[in-house]
Amino acid sequence: MVPLSNYLVLGGILFCLSMAGIFLNRKNIIIILMSIELMLLAVNMNFIAFSHYHGDTAGQIFVFFILTVAAAEAAIGLAILVVLFRNRNTINVEDIDTLKG
Amino acid sequence: MGIELILFYIFAVILIFASTMVVIVRNPVFAVLFLVLAFFTSSVLWIMLEAEFLAITLVLVYVGAVMVLFLFVVMMLDINLAPLKEGFIKYLPVGVLVGFIIAVEIILVVGPGNFGLDKVADPVGHAADYSNTKELGRVLYTKYMYPFEIAAVILLVAIIAAISLTLRKGRQTKYIKPEDQVSVRKEDRIRIVKMKSGE
Repeated sequence: MVPLSNYLVLGGILFCLSMAGIFLNRKNIIIILMSIELMLLAVNMNFIAFSHYHGDTAGQIFVFFILTVAAAEAAIGLAILVVLFRNRNTINVEDIDTLKG
Repeated sequence: MGIELILFYIFAVILIFASTMVVIVRNPVFAVLFLVLAFFTSSVLWIMLEAEFLAITLVLVYVGAVMVLFLFVVMMLDINLAPLKEGFIKYLPVGVLVGFIIAVEIILVVGPGNFGLDKVADPVGHAADYSNTKELGRVLYTKYMYPFEIAAVILLVAIIAAISLTLRKGRQTKYIKPEDQVSVRKEDRIRIVKMKSGE
Protein backbone atom coordinates (compact mmCIF):
# COMPACT_ATOMS: atom_id res chain seq x y z
CA MET A 1 0.00 0.00 0.00
CA VAL A 2 1.99 2.95 -1.28
CA PRO A 3 0.18 6.26 -0.74
CA LEU A 4 -0.24 8.65 -3.64
CA SER A 5 1.69 11.33 -1.77
CA ASN A 6 4.88 9.25 -1.99
CA TYR A 7 4.84 9.35 -5.77
CA LEU A 8 3.96 13.04 -5.81
CA VAL A 9 6.78 13.90 -3.41
CA LEU A 10 9.18 11.84 -5.50
CA GLY A 11 8.10 13.76 -8.60
CA GLY A 12 8.54 17.05 -6.77
CA ILE A 13 12.04 16.16 -5.56
CA LEU A 14 12.99 15.07 -9.07
CA PHE A 15 11.70 18.32 -10.51
CA CYS A 16 13.65 20.43 -8.00
CA LEU A 17 16.83 18.42 -8.61
CA SER A 18 16.64 19.00 -12.33
CA MET A 19 15.87 22.68 -11.80
CA ALA A 20 18.92 22.99 -9.57
CA GLY A 21 20.80 21.22 -12.36
CA ILE A 22 19.87 23.98 -14.79
CA PHE A 23 21.05 26.59 -12.26
CA LEU A 24 24.33 24.86 -11.55
CA ASN A 25 25.31 23.76 -15.05
CA ARG A 26 24.33 26.91 -16.84
CA LYS A 27 27.34 26.68 -19.16
CA ASN A 28 26.90 23.19 -20.52
CA ILE A 29 24.03 22.91 -22.97
CA ILE A 30 24.08 19.11 -22.91
CA ILE A 31 23.48 18.96 -19.15
CA ILE A 32 20.73 21.56 -19.50
CA LEU A 33 18.99 19.42 -22.12
CA MET A 34 19.31 16.38 -19.86
CA SER A 35 17.86 18.33 -16.94
CA ILE A 36 14.86 19.22 -19.10
CA GLU A 37 14.39 15.52 -19.83
CA LEU A 38 14.45 14.83 -16.08
CA MET A 39 11.85 17.55 -15.49
CA LEU A 40 9.55 15.94 -18.04
CA LEU A 41 10.12 12.60 -16.32
CA ALA A 42 9.03 14.12 -12.99
CA VAL A 43 5.86 15.48 -14.59
CA ASN A 44 5.16 12.12 -16.20
CA MET A 45 5.54 10.45 -12.81
CA ASN A 46 2.81 12.69 -11.39
CA PHE A 47 0.53 12.05 -14.35
CA ILE A 48 0.86 8.29 -14.05
CA ALA A 49 0.42 8.32 -10.27
CA PHE A 50 -2.81 10.31 -10.54
CA SER A 51 -3.97 8.13 -13.42
CA HIS A 52 -3.48 5.01 -11.30
CA TYR A 53 -5.04 6.31 -8.12
CA HIS A 54 -8.06 7.87 -9.84
CA GLY A 55 -8.58 4.98 -12.24
CA ASP A 56 -8.51 7.21 -15.31
CA THR A 57 -6.42 6.34 -18.37
CA ALA A 58 -6.39 9.95 -19.61
CA GLY A 59 -3.27 10.61 -17.56
CA GLN A 60 -1.40 7.84 -19.33
CA ILE A 61 -2.50 9.22 -22.72
CA PHE A 62 -1.04 12.57 -21.73
CA VAL A 63 2.24 10.91 -20.75
CA PHE A 64 2.25 9.31 -24.19
CA PHE A 65 2.02 12.73 -25.83
CA ILE A 66 4.63 14.21 -23.51
CA LEU A 67 7.01 11.41 -24.47
CA THR A 68 6.38 12.16 -28.15
CA VAL A 69 7.02 15.86 -27.78
CA ALA A 70 10.08 15.25 -25.58
CA ALA A 71 11.58 12.90 -28.16
CA ALA A 72 11.02 15.49 -30.90
CA GLU A 73 12.49 18.20 -28.71
CA ALA A 74 15.58 16.14 -27.91
CA ALA A 75 16.15 15.33 -31.57
CA ILE A 76 15.85 18.96 -32.71
CA GLY A 77 17.83 20.26 -29.72
CA LEU A 78 20.70 17.90 -30.38
CA ALA A 79 20.64 18.74 -34.09
CA ILE A 80 20.92 22.43 -33.22
CA LEU A 81 23.73 21.56 -30.81
CA VAL A 82 25.64 19.71 -33.51
CA VAL A 83 25.25 22.60 -35.97
CA LEU A 84 26.30 25.04 -33.27
CA PHE A 85 29.39 23.05 -32.40
CA ARG A 86 30.27 22.74 -36.07
CA ASN A 87 30.08 26.49 -36.62
CA ARG A 88 31.37 27.92 -33.34
CA ASN A 89 33.43 24.99 -32.04
CA THR A 90 32.01 25.42 -28.53
CA ILE A 91 28.94 24.47 -26.54
CA ASN A 92 29.63 26.91 -23.76
CA VAL A 93 26.56 29.08 -23.29
CA GLU A 94 28.70 32.07 -22.38
CA ASP A 95 30.50 31.98 -25.74
CA ILE A 96 27.29 32.05 -27.71
CA ASP A 97 26.65 35.76 -27.37
CA THR A 98 26.85 37.11 -30.91
CA LEU A 99 23.15 37.95 -30.72
CA LYS A 100 23.63 40.78 -28.25
CA GLY A 101 20.28 42.03 -27.10
CA MET B 1 5.66 -2.04 6.05
CA GLY B 2 4.53 -4.02 3.08
CA ILE B 3 6.72 -5.32 0.29
CA GLU B 4 5.34 -2.68 -2.09
CA LEU B 5 6.42 0.16 0.15
CA ILE B 6 9.90 -1.32 0.60
CA LEU B 7 10.27 -1.69 -3.17
CA PHE B 8 9.05 1.85 -3.68
CA TYR B 9 11.61 3.26 -1.25
CA ILE B 10 14.45 1.27 -2.79
CA PHE B 11 13.68 2.47 -6.30
CA ALA B 12 12.93 6.01 -5.17
CA VAL B 13 16.36 6.24 -3.52
CA ILE B 14 18.03 4.88 -6.66
CA LEU B 15 16.10 7.38 -8.79
CA ILE B 16 17.03 10.36 -6.64
CA PHE B 17 20.65 9.22 -6.48
CA ALA B 18 20.81 8.84 -10.26
CA SER B 19 19.27 12.22 -10.97
CA THR B 20 21.58 13.90 -8.46
CA MET B 21 24.54 12.34 -10.22
CA VAL B 22 23.22 13.59 -13.59
CA VAL B 23 23.43 17.09 -12.21
CA ILE B 24 26.77 16.94 -10.42
CA VAL B 25 29.07 14.65 -12.41
CA ARG B 26 31.81 16.25 -14.43
CA ASN B 27 31.84 14.04 -17.47
CA PRO B 28 28.76 14.32 -19.73
CA VAL B 29 29.11 10.67 -20.74
CA PHE B 30 28.62 9.61 -17.12
CA ALA B 31 25.72 12.05 -16.86
CA VAL B 32 24.02 10.35 -19.81
CA LEU B 33 24.60 6.93 -18.26
CA PHE B 34 23.12 8.06 -14.94
CA LEU B 35 20.16 9.49 -16.85
CA VAL B 36 19.67 6.04 -18.37
CA LEU B 37 19.64 4.62 -14.85
CA ALA B 38 17.06 7.22 -13.80
CA PHE B 39 14.78 6.38 -16.72
CA PHE B 40 15.10 2.69 -16.09
CA THR B 41 14.31 3.06 -12.38
CA SER B 42 11.29 5.22 -13.06
CA SER B 43 10.01 2.69 -15.55
CA VAL B 44 10.11 0.17 -12.70
CA LEU B 45 8.05 2.58 -10.60
CA TRP B 46 5.59 2.97 -13.47
CA ILE B 47 5.17 -0.80 -13.62
CA MET B 48 4.35 -0.66 -9.91
CA LEU B 49 1.65 1.86 -10.88
CA GLU B 50 0.24 -0.60 -13.44
CA ALA B 51 1.27 1.53 -16.42
CA GLU B 52 3.04 -1.31 -18.19
CA PHE B 53 2.78 0.03 -21.72
CA LEU B 54 4.31 3.39 -20.85
CA ALA B 55 7.03 1.74 -18.77
CA ILE B 56 8.10 -0.39 -21.72
CA THR B 57 7.79 2.63 -24.03
CA LEU B 58 10.04 4.60 -21.71
CA VAL B 59 12.71 1.93 -21.86
CA LEU B 60 12.41 1.34 -25.61
CA VAL B 61 11.99 4.92 -26.79
CA TYR B 62 13.96 6.80 -24.17
CA VAL B 63 16.75 4.48 -23.19
CA GLY B 64 16.86 2.89 -26.61
CA ALA B 65 16.62 5.91 -28.86
CA VAL B 66 16.82 9.29 -27.17
CA MET B 67 19.57 8.44 -24.70
CA VAL B 68 21.60 6.70 -27.38
CA LEU B 69 21.21 9.88 -29.44
CA PHE B 70 22.49 11.89 -26.48
CA LEU B 71 25.40 9.53 -26.00
CA PHE B 72 26.15 9.72 -29.70
CA VAL B 73 26.24 13.51 -29.69
CA VAL B 74 28.24 13.72 -26.46
CA MET B 75 30.87 11.35 -27.77
CA MET B 76 30.91 12.91 -31.24
CA LEU B 77 31.57 16.44 -30.01
CA ASP B 78 35.07 16.85 -28.77
CA ILE B 79 34.33 19.04 -25.80
CA ASN B 80 36.82 20.76 -23.57
CA LEU B 81 35.31 20.01 -20.17
CA ALA B 82 37.28 22.38 -17.96
CA PRO B 83 35.49 25.71 -18.67
CA LEU B 84 32.05 24.13 -18.63
CA LYS B 85 32.11 23.44 -14.90
CA GLU B 86 33.60 26.79 -13.89
CA GLY B 87 30.54 28.39 -12.31
CA PHE B 88 29.48 25.23 -10.48
CA ILE B 89 30.88 26.11 -7.05
CA LYS B 90 29.87 29.73 -7.40
CA TYR B 91 26.23 28.93 -8.07
CA LEU B 92 26.08 25.93 -5.73
CA PRO B 93 24.72 27.67 -2.59
CA VAL B 94 22.04 29.63 -4.45
CA GLY B 95 21.04 26.66 -6.60
CA VAL B 96 20.77 24.29 -3.66
CA LEU B 97 18.92 26.87 -1.56
CA VAL B 98 16.33 27.66 -4.25
CA GLY B 99 15.89 23.98 -5.10
CA PHE B 100 15.50 23.07 -1.45
CA ILE B 101 12.91 25.78 -0.78
CA ILE B 102 10.86 24.78 -3.82
CA ALA B 103 11.09 21.11 -2.81
CA VAL B 104 9.81 21.94 0.69
CA GLU B 105 6.96 23.96 -0.77
CA ILE B 106 5.98 21.15 -3.14
CA ILE B 107 6.15 18.59 -0.34
CA LEU B 108 3.95 20.78 1.86
CA VAL B 109 1.33 20.88 -0.89
CA VAL B 110 1.38 17.29 -2.15
CA GLY B 111 2.58 15.62 1.04
CA PRO B 112 0.77 13.00 3.13
CA GLY B 113 -1.52 15.63 4.63
CA ASN B 114 -3.32 16.22 1.35
CA PHE B 115 -2.73 13.06 -0.67
CA GLY B 116 -2.15 10.41 1.99
CA LEU B 117 -3.79 7.01 2.08
CA ASP B 118 -6.70 8.36 4.12
CA LYS B 119 -7.43 11.00 1.46
CA VAL B 120 -6.82 9.00 -1.72
CA ALA B 121 -7.33 5.30 -1.16
CA ASP B 122 -5.07 2.79 -2.87
CA PRO B 123 -7.14 1.37 -5.74
CA VAL B 124 -7.79 -2.32 -6.03
CA GLY B 125 -5.44 -3.93 -8.50
CA HIS B 126 -6.77 -4.99 -11.89
CA ALA B 127 -7.64 -8.56 -12.70
CA ALA B 128 -5.03 -10.84 -14.21
CA ASP B 129 -6.52 -10.63 -17.71
CA TYR B 130 -6.53 -6.82 -17.73
CA SER B 131 -4.41 -5.42 -20.54
CA ASN B 132 -3.07 -1.91 -20.05
CA THR B 133 -2.00 -1.74 -23.70
CA LYS B 134 -5.46 -2.72 -24.91
CA GLU B 135 -7.11 -0.17 -22.69
CA LEU B 136 -4.76 2.62 -23.77
CA GLY B 137 -5.16 1.73 -27.42
CA ARG B 138 -8.92 1.71 -27.12
CA VAL B 139 -8.93 5.27 -25.75
CA LEU B 140 -6.12 6.49 -27.98
CA TYR B 141 -7.77 5.48 -31.25
CA THR B 142 -11.24 6.73 -30.36
CA LYS B 143 -11.32 9.65 -27.97
CA TYR B 144 -7.82 10.98 -28.61
CA MET B 145 -7.63 10.32 -32.35
CA TYR B 146 -6.84 13.88 -33.43
CA PRO B 147 -4.17 14.49 -30.75
CA PHE B 148 -2.64 11.19 -31.80
CA GLU B 149 -2.44 12.36 -35.42
CA ILE B 150 -1.00 15.69 -34.33
CA ALA B 151 1.66 13.77 -32.38
CA ALA B 152 2.52 11.92 -35.57
CA VAL B 153 2.89 15.24 -37.41
CA ILE B 154 5.13 16.55 -34.61
CA LEU B 155 7.40 13.55 -35.04
CA LEU B 156 7.49 14.17 -38.79
CA VAL B 157 8.43 17.80 -38.17
CA ALA B 158 11.19 16.62 -35.84
CA ILE B 159 12.54 14.24 -38.48
CA ILE B 160 12.56 16.91 -41.19
CA ALA B 161 14.02 19.57 -38.88
CA ALA B 162 16.80 17.35 -37.56
CA ILE B 163 17.80 16.18 -41.03
CA SER B 164 17.65 19.59 -42.66
CA LEU B 165 19.60 21.18 -39.81
CA THR B 166 22.47 18.76 -39.89
CA LEU B 167 22.55 18.03 -43.61
CA ARG B 168 25.80 19.28 -45.04
CA LYS B 169 25.54 20.44 -48.62
CA GLY B 170 29.07 19.54 -49.48
CA ARG B 171 30.87 19.30 -52.79
CA GLN B 172 30.91 15.54 -52.44
CA THR B 173 27.28 15.14 -53.32
CA LYS B 174 26.86 14.65 -57.05
CA TYR B 175 23.61 16.37 -57.82
CA ILE B 176 21.97 16.63 -61.21
CA LYS B 177 19.44 19.34 -61.88
CA PRO B 178 16.36 17.56 -63.24
CA GLU B 179 15.25 20.55 -65.34
CA ASP B 180 18.58 20.68 -67.17
CA GLN B 181 18.48 16.99 -67.70
CA VAL B 182 15.00 17.09 -69.17
CA SER B 183 15.61 20.04 -71.48
CA VAL B 184 18.78 18.66 -72.98
CA ARG B 185 18.83 18.26 -76.78
CA LYS B 186 20.57 15.81 -78.98
CA GLU B 187 23.03 18.42 -80.25
CA ASP B 188 24.34 19.10 -76.73
CA ARG B 189 25.46 15.59 -76.13
CA ILE B 190 26.30 13.90 -79.41
CA ARG B 191 28.78 15.05 -82.04
CA ILE B 192 28.62 13.13 -85.27
CA VAL B 193 31.97 12.88 -87.00
CA LYS B 194 31.93 11.89 -90.62
CA MET B 195 35.04 10.19 -91.98
CA LYS B 196 35.83 7.86 -94.80
CA SER B 197 36.31 4.27 -94.07
CA GLY B 198 39.53 2.50 -94.75
CA GLU B 199 41.91 5.42 -94.19
